Amino acid sequence: MRKMEEQLTRFRGSGDYVASPELMYAVNVAMALEKPLLIKGEPGTGKTMLARAIADALGKELIIWNIKSTTKAQDGLYLYDTVQRLYDSQFGEGDVADIKKYIRLGKMGEAFTAAEQTVLLIDEIDKADLEFPNDLLWELDRMEFFIPETKELITAVHRPIVIITSNAEKELPDAFLRRCIFHYIAFPQADKMEEIVRVHYPQVDRRLLAQAMEAFYWIRDVKDVQKKPSTSELLDWLKALELSGADLDTLKTELPFLGVLLKKNQDVDLVNQVKARG
Amino acid sequence: MFISFFYHLREAGLPVSLQEWLALTEALDRGLCAPSLLEFYHLCRSVLVKSEGDYDKFDMAFAAYFDGIGTSGEIPEEVWGWLNGKGKTKEELRDRMDPMNTADYDLEKLRDMLKERLEEQKSRHAGGSYWIGTGGTSVLGHSGYADVGVRVGGESRYKNALQVARQRDYRDFREDNIIDPRQFQLAFRRLRQFSTRIEGPKTELDIDATVRKTCDAGGNLRLVFDHPRKNTIKLLLLFDAGGSMLSYSRLCSALFQAVDKSNHFKDLKVYYFHNCVYEHLYKTPRCRRGDWVDTDWVLKNYGSEYRVVFVGDASMSDDELLRKGGCCLVGLYNEIPGIQWLHRIRDRYSHQIWLNPIEDTLWDFVFGSHSIKLVRQVFPMYELSVKGLETGIRKLLVSR
Repeated sequence: MRKMEEQLTRFRGSGDYVASPELMYAVNVAMALEKPLLIKGEPGTGKTMLARAIADALGKELIIWNIKSTTKAQDGLYLYDTVQRLYDSQFGEGDVADIKKYIRLGKMGEAFTAAEQTVLLIDEIDKADLEFPNDLLWELDRMEFFIPETKELITAVHRPIVIITSNAEKELPDAFLRRCIFHYIAFPQADKMEEIVRVHYPQVDRRLLAQAMEAFYWIRDVKDVQKKPSTSELLDWLKALELSGADLDTLKTELPFLGVLLKKNQDVDLVNQVKARG
Repeated sequence: MFISFFYHLREAGLPVSLQEWLALTEALDRGLCAPSLLEFYHLCRSVLVKSEGDYDKFDMAFAAYFDGIGTSGEIPEEVWGWLNGKGKTKEELRDRMDPMNTADYDLEKLRDMLKERLEEQKSRHAGGSYWIGTGGTSVLGHSGYADVGVRVGGESRYKNALQVARQRDYRDFREDNIIDPRQFQLAFRRLRQFSTRIEGPKTELDIDATVRKTCDAGGNLRLVFDHPRKNTIKLLLLFDAGGSMLSYSRLCSALFQAVDKSNHFKDLKVYYFHNCVYEHLYKTPRCRRGDWVDTDWVLKNYGSEYRVVFVGDASMSDDELLRKGGCCLVGLYNEIPGIQWLHRIRDRYSHQIWLNPIEDTLWDFVFGSHSIKLVRQVFPMYELSVKGLETGIRKLLVSR
């Protein structure tokens, strides 16, 4: 029992990150079971921020591996800089015989070899090729990989806490999913959102916030809006409203700076139409 | 010991694997779950469910399974402890278990026990009053009466697992009802078939291998070539632009955008027809007379390797489909009935599907259900939804 409590008190959100109890629970389960935590959710629900918050809360170093469409699994492990070695051999610089000098560890390699436990964020894993997650199965399971060039086995000194985010651009392979703990961050409800806004703008005017939030959720609810505004857009909008000293009474009817909330022309037109209809 | 819950989830269509199940038991063994059904719910969900699309299914399955002990917010601690073998060594526990009995039996007993308790509590409520929040039974009161509409402003930590599950917050995430060009686009991405590496000359420079070979040769350049890997899929898309399709314009435009943005096809041809295909295929969705190509020309020029996708509601009067001159556009007379044109297309190509924007559950009942039935006999028909498109695309990849 005590052990459980100890586990569950490990992560409780941090100063500038508001986490739901379910999310905290998922984080702690993932840490206890030593499995990667896969986080999905609408853009702007703070998936990437979560890893930083965990690292801050636990006082650990955060290593970020940003995935792009060209990223290969190998990139995260190590890079053998053959070209540099070739140059060096031709210009007679450095000790070419020492292959080790030309091996550079990737982000995952870094996390494995760190002296203390780290938090490893694999950001937007779905950006990469369909097969990418499968290529990492062994490494994530066993927390080790082999470098044939130097015949070296890199084993994690401390298992890093692995956080993986996905925007659901691609389906992830089943074999990969089976090994993860999964959590979907739902879009925050109004009360939670207020909490989040207050973390960023503690001084925000209460009436302004109430009016803006009402308009914000109304726009999110307009049918057929293609790109719904998210938290970061709301924050920007609040800032714009505050700086311009917008009139609170006409806020909901005028919707000033609508372009801050909606990034697509069709959406702006649509919202204006719906508004005109009443 | 919860093994029947495992099968219950699988029966509900959740792809829970043994590996995940073992992870769950490990979590329980290590005491990661407090003796509350709500925590158990969250634990199960985060370990067993891997897609927000399945959250709803899970919610329903969880609610159904634990319905018996539903209104009790907390599993009594001694029961939970007993369940987890807490305070007793494994040997002791094994001694207590009758080897003839399955683990299932334990669970049954447990559920009965909990049910009993629940009964007890229910009667106490019924016999007593509606007061909520007295004597520490507030949790029960809160959840018990929530269904019939007496709202108690309980804090979220009092919310019991079944209520959470029954709220079905994730209904909208079910994969069968998302409409979004991006989702369609992703579905189309699966429609690919890379050229076999055996055919054709090696024309692409394999940089990695070149570097490796060159290094092995001490810096003397060694070029390595490989076969190019390209998608070989060619797509012939036929859109119904008839009047009845207007109501699905958003859906169709989402599909069209998705196809248009997918640049990984080797070739993509789009034509339009009005309700049914006759001797002409239109070049634009306006279906203007003269702005067309002969259907025969299309059949002749686009080989059988093309994948054919029809998009249309297939709802029309039988005449339009079955009779000579059935074409409903004034002044156009077709010698060959529409259904025969459909047969010709079917015979020409080996991979083809028909996507219908009408919900598949309604196909037998809507206006035009008869013509839908006839068209379905010719082409495999799928609902135009993310799910339907995915199934359809799988069909396009294998031979019929």
